[in-house]
Amino acid sequence: MIQISQLHFRYPEGDFALRVPELTIERGETVAMIGPSGSGKTTLLSLMAGIRTPASGDIRTAGTDVGTLDEVGRRDFRIRTIGLVFQEFELLEYLSVLDNVLLPFRISPALRLDATVRERAAELAGMVGIGDKLDRHANLLSQGEKQRVAVCRALLARPPLILADEPTGNLDPTNKDHVLDILFDYARSSEATLVTVTHDHDLLERFDRVIDFRDFYDLGIAPSGSPTTAAGS
Amino acid sequence: MKDTLYLAWRYVAYHRVKSAILIASITLIVFLPVGLNVLVTQSAEQLTSRAEATPLLLGAKGSPLELALNSLYFDAELTARTTHAEATRIDDSGLARAIPLYVRFRARDLPIVGTTLDYFDFRGLRVAEGRQIAILGECVLGAQAAKLLGTGPGGNVVSSPESVFDLAGVYPLKMNVVGVLERSFSPDDRAVFVDLKTAWVIEGLGHGHQDLTQPQAAGAVLGREGNTIQANASLVQYNEITAENRDSFHFHGSLDDFPITAVMAVPHDQKSGVILLGRYQGDEERTQIVRPEVVIRELLDTVFTVQSFVVAGILLVSAATLATAVLVLLLSLRLRRREIETLVKIGGSRGRVAFLVLSEAVIVVVVGGALAAGLTLLTHRFGSAAIRALLLS
Repeated sequence: MIQISQLHFRYPEGDFALRVPELTIERGETVAMIGPSGSGKTTLLSLMAGIRTPASGDIRTAGTDVGTLDEVGRRDFRIRTIGLVFQEFELLEYLSVLDNVLLPFRISPALRLDATVRERAAELAGMVGIGDKLDRHANLLSQGEKQRVAVCRALLARPPLILADEPTGNLDPTNKDHVLDILFDYARSSEATLVTVTHDHDLLERFDRVIDFRDFYDLGIAPSGSPTTAAGS
Repeated sequence: MKDTLYLAWRYVAYHRVKSAILIASITLIVFLPVGLNVLVTQSAEQLTSRAEATPLLLGAKGSPLELALNSLYFDAELTARTTHAEATRIDDSGLARAIPLYVRFRARDLPIVGTTLDYFDFRGLRVAEGRQIAILGECVLGAQAAKLLGTGPGGNVVSSPESVFDLAGVYPLKMNVVGVLERSFSPDDRAVFVDLKTAWVIEGLGHGHQDLTQPQAAGAVLGREGNTIQANASLVQYNEITAENRDSFHFHGSLDDFPITAVMAVPHDQKSGVILLGRYQGDEERTQIVRPEVVIRELLDTVFTVQSFVVAGILLVSAATLATAVLVLLLSLRLRRREIETLVKIGGSRGRVAFLVLSEAVIVVVVGGALAAGLTLLTHRFGSAAIRALLLS
């Protein structure tokens, strides 16, 4: 699902740089990425999603060389192929639950909103326990409900890849399990790949593989004298 | 586009108070100067159309504007008066038809216009109900006056006393309403029209009382000397002209010396008008002759000068309001930065995301502009009626 080779990325401002010699994540695999804050986990997710482009190296996501796509191509690719889940949910407060779930279909011509999609949105909401709150505004939901809405939004287009950035970081233990159950169930039933950034080590045993960014420091790959981080498979 | 518009609408609807304030600001910014311009233009048209339809006005020396306002709109109080002799003089000149006007008294707050039947012909006023004035003590009402006074043919109208504390002043006269005029959408609609002689009766220049030669009035007779009979205060004077007492009404003195406020002179042709104007140009004359069109235009020039100051003020306020609205929109855009980032991360298209975040400004400007256009159209459509009502009130 994801192949990275000799990836190098540096932010235009600041000294931070990310170097990933090799990394492969298989289709259907569930992967947790852990490591200290600022080590580049979220940056790597952004590169996988095509939100950012590498300075050099290759990154193939779902068979597409994301780095070679133009801006429009990357956005279309992302909205069709990747379901993104954020720690802060990033729901639009002025929309209802249903409209938040349907959002990807309204903001891109790459996806077409029709009755089937609406049905699926309602079905997903029902599956995660918010089927009775479809008309409620997002700001009237609890934290756990908000994240479930965000997960529904990410899953609606049936993406083969889920990239989740600390999806349980703001949730209580019950909601943590609930949200993870939804993501794992989807990955299992759809043979989708799940890549999750997390700081919660209690959750790691649920993943097929854990990538610890600290290991790569030990490999001596990171250049010294700067917060450069390297990751490898 | 449909989906983006939907999202934009949801945003505006959710922030409805802010959106309503912004829309109201934009509406006022656009409407105030434009609507004011429409209103002033229409007011000018209303004022000038009546002035243009009145060729020449003659009155006592004084303010030409007061003369025009009093004679055309029955509005300003005219203290300086001329005499009926001027009307006779114009008629005798053979240059114009003279229509005398005596606009001094009021029935409640409505003007009583003393004139001749020529006035109705000249203004094209037709009787809608009843008949024209024919004899002393009768009146016809403008359409709105009839409504305001709540009377019609067969009813009565009483002139208002000028001062309740002035015992020697003008006493009220009860007049018979014989007709109501068709609506003309002019100041005539609010007037009570009487014959010139009836107006003089209101002033006390003509009066009716008991016949002193009859035995019933014997108690009031103080003495007789030839044809002259002196009476005391017990003599019954009439404050209503009826069929029974009409013959007792009479005027003391020459009618030519009686006051009028103006003479509308309708020249037989353009040349006659010019000659007539020339005859009254001399400084030694106690009268003035004016072209109402010129007088009202001068008034409007002043109004337009004032209007330009008002518009300048409104534009300044509008600019400040617009700057505030832009600031609010920019702050709103700043507050939506995180939303924009999320939409970009998810994969929203550049055009849709841009339109979505600009939608607030677009909707506010479009709705505000549309409301302003609607208000301007309404002003254009109903402004003249409102101005007429205002001018007539």
